[in-house]
Amino acid sequence: MPALWIQNARVIDPAAKRDAVGDLFIDRGQFVAPLSAAARKRARKIDARGLVACPGLVDIHVHFREPGQTHKETIATGSRAAAAGGFTTVVCMPNTSPPADNAGTIQFIKDAVKRDAVIKVLPTGCITVGMKGQALAPIGSLKRAGVVAITDDGDCVQSNELMRRALEYARMFDLPVMDHCQDASMTQGAVMNEGVVSTRLGLRGWPNAAEDLIVARNAILSEYTGAHVHMQHISSKFSVDILRRAKARGVRVTGEATPHHFALTDEMLSGYDTHFKMNPPLRTEADRLELIEGLKDGTLDCIATDHAPHTDYEKDKEFDFAPNGIIGLETALAISLDVLVRKSRFKLPTVIDLLTRKAARILNLPAGTLAEGAAADVCIFDPEESWLYDAKAGFSKSINSPWHGQTLRGRVRLTVCDGTVVHELTRNG
Amino acid sequence: MSWTRRHLLTLEELSLAEIDQIHATATAFKKILKRNVKKVPALRGKTIVNLFLEPSTRTRMAFDMAAKRLSADVISLDGASSSTTKGETLRDTAQNIQALNADMIVLRHAASGSPLYLSRILDIPVINAGDGAHEHPTQGLLDTFTMRERLGNMKGRKVVILGDILFSRVARSNIHALAKMGAAVTLCGPSTLVPHWFTDLGVKVSHDLKSSLADAEVVMLLRIQHERQSSGHFPSLGEYTSMFGLNKTRASWLDPKAIIMHPGPINRGVEIDSELADGERSVILEQVTNGIAVRMAVLYLCFGGQPESVVTAD
Repeated sequence: MPALWIQNARVIDPAAKRDAVGDLFIDRGQFVAPLSAAARKRARKIDARGLVACPGLVDIHVHFREPGQTHKETIATGSRAAAAGGFTTVVCMPNTSPPADNAGTIQFIKDAVKRDAVIKVLPTGCITVGMKGQALAPIGSLKRAGVVAITDDGDCVQSNELMRRALEYARMFDLPVMDHCQDASMTQGAVMNEGVVSTRLGLRGWPNAAEDLIVARNAILSEYTGAHVHMQHISSKFSVDILRRAKARGVRVTGEATPHHFALTDEMLSGYDTHFKMNPPLRTEADRLELIEGLKDGTLDCIATDHAPHTDYEKDKEFDFAPNGIIGLETALAISLDVLVRKSRFKLPTVIDLLTRKAARILNLPAGTLAEGAAADVCIFDPEESWLYDAKAGFSKSINSPWHGQTLRGRVRLTVCDGTVVHELTRNG
Repeated sequence: MSWTRRHLLTLEELSLAEIDQIHATATAFKKILKRNVKKVPALRGKTIVNLFLEPSTRTRMAFDMAAKRLSADVISLDGASSSTTKGETLRDTAQNIQALNADMIVLRHAASGSPLYLSRILDIPVINAGDGAHEHPTQGLLDTFTMRERLGNMKGRKVVILGDILFSRVARSNIHALAKMGAAVTLCGPSTLVPHWFTDLGVKVSHDLKSSLADAEVVMLLRIQHERQSSGHFPSLGEYTSMFGLNKTRASWLDPKAIIMHPGPINRGVEIDSELADGERSVILEQVTNGIAVRMAVLYLCFGGQPESVVTAD
């Protein structure tokens, strides 16, 4: 691969508190000091005037559906969608078919990643066998096989006793435990946020309290066991407050917010459009604003997409029967810029931090930096460019996005992973 | 103003003028029901498919009756005999019905929003015959038709809807229609079944039966389902009856001319005393009869008929 010379970009590297126009040099997959005059001649020059160059984005919550649900997404298509969205490191959830609850399945995923992925795709393993919440999965073997965390994402462990043991056990390996916080007994048949809108639409409500209870439980068990619990896709206002207070007590908890939860509310469901159906559900404006506040004050540590592909025919159903989830990798940056930078006055480096260094730090991943010697992962984007998002023209195998057909502002122009250009738009593209 | 809708999906989206048009048309059709030959040729040559994917007796028979009174051909399909039991999607079932040259689908479905969903897929009119806990627009129309027949203008009239509001599509359709008519609606029942969210729809929520019933001119009872007991929405049918059941004493709190309504099926001795259900203030069976006229009006208008040109000659 040729050396790369990224020229005249607004280089933003939150880890180094760098935000200045300058150049980046990449050789043999790593960031390097300025190239020699001879090397510069041979290097591929990338004119990044007017563009931002930042560390490759990191998403610690995606579903690439392999093995078993490759009609929705594969590691090949998912990783290309990630690259198109500026991501160079993503963490896959284990709710595949079969679930990734054993070392063999993890090896299968790693083989597929090695063969098909254009970016770094890291696996997680299940907390419990089959994600059934009954018996612990072989967490030590999973760790040895290479998982970066364990989670029963989508099927929150309901037994407090089993969760306590999972945390105690995982702590032995210093393995983070990620949890989708949902009290299942309170959400039987629930398909959207419980409130004024669900009342009007006659849809079964999923109350905030069902999330708040588990967030509180996890904070309590984290403090008790000393294990690190990461709360996935926080959606409720009270949950942000619980997390804030737990952190103030020094409890090892972290939390993420998705672009859809901080951009959209349950008001969007009035037309029963299944592209607004996800779990946890879109909530109220008060919840949305508190998520933004949580991202601002550090209570929420990062932005994660919960990229959840489903085919058009699976989503094309009565609202009650459609699966939960939307894709998000190709729109995350634009939505984050729009909601956080333009509408909520975040500084651009703060938002990049939430999408890079802070996300990587949660799972101790060696990503989110432009430091010399580090893996050369770069996202180059135009923060102002308006573009029409056509999900059908995207790289994901699925098109289930609530932003399909909308004009978004902020567009990834080029993505470099380990020194290789893995996504590139032509100058007019 | 002419009628322009092809579908009837909700009462929330109808204007007061549209509700008035339906009621005026129903009044004209109701006269037919009293004749010897109870049939007009208005929809001759049209085929209506009643796609009832959830059990129904009254609504289905009333739609059937209404279509036949208008000389339409009717095919009724229920959940058990349709291909949905073989895993066919609603979209595919409906598109097949359309391909079989049906001119209209009347849909009853357990999933809220499914009539709207079908209306976006199909070229033929879709009539909502009840979707989940969302709406039951023809029920709301026949209920308000009955109220207007008995009480006249509903502006400022006190209407109480009593019972399981949370899971009731009948309540929601009535709430929307009555709000547009300017009625003063109170929802009453246990707090688990009448959540405070409803106040956002412009109604009062109360858990005090006496003050709710005081001077009300209409009390509409909703069926209490024993399933709600196991889901913890109330302790027992006995306790429900003792707290919220309508009996003679409680009925005396109502306005002397008040009417008692129920969309059926009724649970005698649970939400209402048997005696009251059969009493002279009860309009429960009148509601059922009006249900034919109102549905005739809906079918007629959604097929492009106009209120002023109702042909009642056979």
